[in-house]
Amino acid sequence: MTFQEISDKLKENFKDSILEVKIVSPADSSVKVTSNNWRDIARFLRDDPSLKFDYLMCLSGVDYGKGVLGTVYNIYSMTHKHRVNIKIEVNSDNPEIPTVSDIWPTANWHEREVYDMFGIKFIGHPDLRRILMPDDWEGHPLRKDYQVAEFYRGIKVQY
Amino acid sequence: MENFLRSILDNDFFVYLIIGIIPLFWIIPYALVVIYLERKVSAHMQDRLGPMRTGGWHGWAQTIADMIKLLQKEDIVPAAADKKLHKLAPFIVFIGSYAVYAVIPFSSQYIGSNINLGLLYVVAISSLAVVGILMAGWASNNKWSLLGAMRSVAQIVSYEIPTVLSILVVVMIAGSLNLQDINQMQSGWFWNWFIFKKFPFVFIAFIIYFIASLAETNRTPFDIPEAESELVAGYITEYSGMKFAMFMLSEFVNMFAVSAIAATIFFGGWNSPFGSFMNGPLWGVFWFLTKGMIFVFVQMWLRWTLPRLRVDQLMYVSWKVLTPWAFACIIGVGLWIVL
Amino acid sequence: MPETNLENITTSTGRPLRHEEVVVNVGPQHPATHGVLRLEVVLDGEIVVDVIPHIGYLHRCFEKHAESMNNYQQVVPYVDRMDYCAAMNMDFGYVLAVEKLLGITVPERVEYIRVIMAELQRIASHLIAAGTYGLDIGAWTPFLYMFRERERILDLFEMTCGARLLYNYMWVGGVSHDLPPGFIDKAKDFCSYFRPKVKEYNDLLSYNDIFIRRTANVGVLPADVAIAYGCSGPVLRGSGVDFDIRRDDPYSIYNRFEWQPQIGRGEMGTTGDCWDRYMVRIREMEQSINIVEQALNQIPDGDVFSAIPKRIRPNPGEVYVRTESARGELGFYIVSDGSGSPYRVKGRSPCFSNLSVIPEISRGCMVADLIAIAGSLDIVLGEVDR
Repeated sequence: MTFQEISDKLKENFKDSILEVKIVSPADSSVKVTSNNWRDIARFLRDDPSLKFDYLMCLSGVDYGKGVLGTVYNIYSMTHKHRVNIKIEVNSDNPEIPTVSDIWPTANWHEREVYDMFGIKFIGHPDLRRILMPDDWEGHPLRKDYQVAEFYRGIKVQY
Repeated sequence: MENFLRSILDNDFFVYLIIGIIPLFWIIPYALVVIYLERKVSAHMQDRLGPMRTGGWHGWAQTIADMIKLLQKEDIVPAAADKKLHKLAPFIVFIGSYAVYAVIPFSSQYIGSNINLGLLYVVAISSLAVVGILMAGWASNNKWSLLGAMRSVAQIVSYEIPTVLSILVVVMIAGSLNLQDINQMQSGWFWNWFIFKKFPFVFIAFIIYFIASLAETNRTPFDIPEAESELVAGYITEYSGMKFAMFMLSEFVNMFAVSAIAATIFFGGWNSPFGSFMNGPLWGVFWFLTKGMIFVFVQMWLRWTLPRLRVDQLMYVSWKVLTPWAFACIIGVGLWIVL
Repeated sequence: MPETNLENITTSTGRPLRHEEVVVNVGPQHPATHGVLRLEVVLDGEIVVDVIPHIGYLHRCFEKHAESMNNYQQVVPYVDRMDYCAAMNMDFGYVLAVEKLLGITVPERVEYIRVIMAELQRIASHLIAAGTYGLDIGAWTPFLYMFRERERILDLFEMTCGARLLYNYMWVGGVSHDLPPGFIDKAKDFCSYFRPKVKEYNDLLSYNDIFIRRTANVGVLPADVAIAYGCSGPVLRGSGVDFDIRRDDPYSIYNRFEWQPQIGRGEMGTTGDCWDRYMVRIREMEQSINIVEQALNQIPDGDVFSAIPKRIRPNPGEVYVRTESARGELGFYIVSDGSGSPYRVKGRSPCFSNLSVIPEISRGCMVADLIAIAGSLDIVLGEVDR
């Protein structure tokens, strides 16, 4: 299925949750959805026989600036060999997105990384702790407004 | 040898002291050479050169350099370790290996102690090393060391059984446990050696003995206790400096002891393979050491070729493969002798 | 002796321990973990009850650095250092992503050079993987034989760009150096030299009875679990899933060569065990030699520097491009805001997802099996932690 067909199918099933469909070339097209219905959309993407998106390729966090954080899901189907990109945007004051780690288990570690780097909390994640930074690090490094702490446990960070 | 020394010295105590120290004169040069040899043999098998620089010609002084390094290293004892056991363990392991040399006949004129229970003594005293290993693992206060020590104990204890059974095959043929007598029964040309008697039972017994002895000395494919890629160094992890050198020394001493027993009971010991040609007390030493070194070389060869068995597979090999085959050999030889 | 509270001992994630269980740390410094990985293992005697991997010991903030670069080309050395054992593949993935964002194509000669380098690098990386796997199992010698072959490949790389491990070779729009004279003959010599060596490895290690006993039926990864956990590369193909990005989601000129993706069929045990994953790597080396030989025969002349842009200023947008690196699906998600420096670069590393499957497949195995499983997943921590 082409991207147009996939996004049309999503729109007819989840009219209210689809915020924006951006089709570009040669860069990637994407579908922006709201976060409150995300788990249902994800389950639909994985289980619907014509879509069958069973392989979550990549889950990245992005800081769009001006107080907006987002996650991007690049999903692929092993059976139909088509792909789709889903985006979700949240406010950086209280960023929360429902987890999909029980739908695609690969998201478990990827969501931990997004939490570690951006501070987005994933509701329902079984084990949300920092994965790359030490467990007691302060701050979320990949945010655009991140300031490196001067001392970490008594060690000067910038030397 | 005993009489010769008695005629020189008056005091019996000094006679026995010297007899006890003589194997040390072999072991220390042997350890220096065999460590270097292992590195060279392993290097050439792995398509590289090994030590080449220390001492100039092909790195012959490498072991001496290693010894000097180990001697001057700081001896670290972990703060929470059981200090007395930690210090005692390497020595007990070494004693377990070295005490075997008391009954090994190096030649027709030299044997440390010509007791009638020679083979039984060998099997019994080499188990002393188990106590030392368990002490080392426990006293290090380290979960990895304990795991390595427990595996090692399980391995050595279960491989004693095929060892004893295969030795029993030879005892049935020889009719004696005295190592010097067993040696003398194999004098003559090489077809008098026990390995060719009652073929194929003694041959199979030799194979079983060799495999079991690899496990006794913790060599690959049975080097689970010191499996470097799993347990860092097993029970030796917390040792440094001279104590570590002691463990290494006892491993090599044990290797030669086991090869010496195999050479003695299966391959004629200090007897020359050519009958009376090149035979005699000093020639005996030469033949004995050569046969021992050949088996040490085969042990090294196996180490660099084969991967390592997992601990439960190791137990399986001992209890379900080697022991039944050893029993079969005993029954075979027994029936052959009786019928 | 310090007093320990024996009542409420838990693992670091809060799982309480039963009476006979022991928590042991494999790593971060350990001879068998292929880098700084900490596996917190809950043991009941020799049986592994639970494994909790802890990563992040090699985190070098590559993504944050990439955002502060002035130029997309300057990110290439950082990308090299992600998976340092397969640096050419990392370069390849990144430059393809930026080229897609820019919408440029590269000359034919550059395509062929890139494929040759990537496939040689795949062989070199699999040699490390298989050699160190033998070392984990206890076979000391195949490691050295495989490194002997790897030296020949590194000689080829050094001839071309001067570096043995981290090349900074593939640039956006081209490569940094053209092939030197004599490269093609030397590479063809290597191909004919290497083919019988694979047979040597099979005789010494792959079909060795002890090796088979240690790896067959150990760490079985079912195909659906592999897909759900996002595994890729030899880990996925070892479980019987016939998926190779070079064939199924083609990039560059891979569709011009004849070769077969290798999958595990459970010859020695169950499909998806450690032996299958190991054997997929050995067989992939043979296939890579096929590709290299065909590419060497077909390579055209041309100028390799003509398409390198003076200024890289892509239009605002984003792109996710994936390539088949030696360890699996390497993806780069790049967001551009229209300026000359990248806005967001995310490296999707194959070992990150492959590693996350360890707790799933190693419950109930023994400690020695855990080492065998970790070795068969072939992880490089530089890539996992970035």
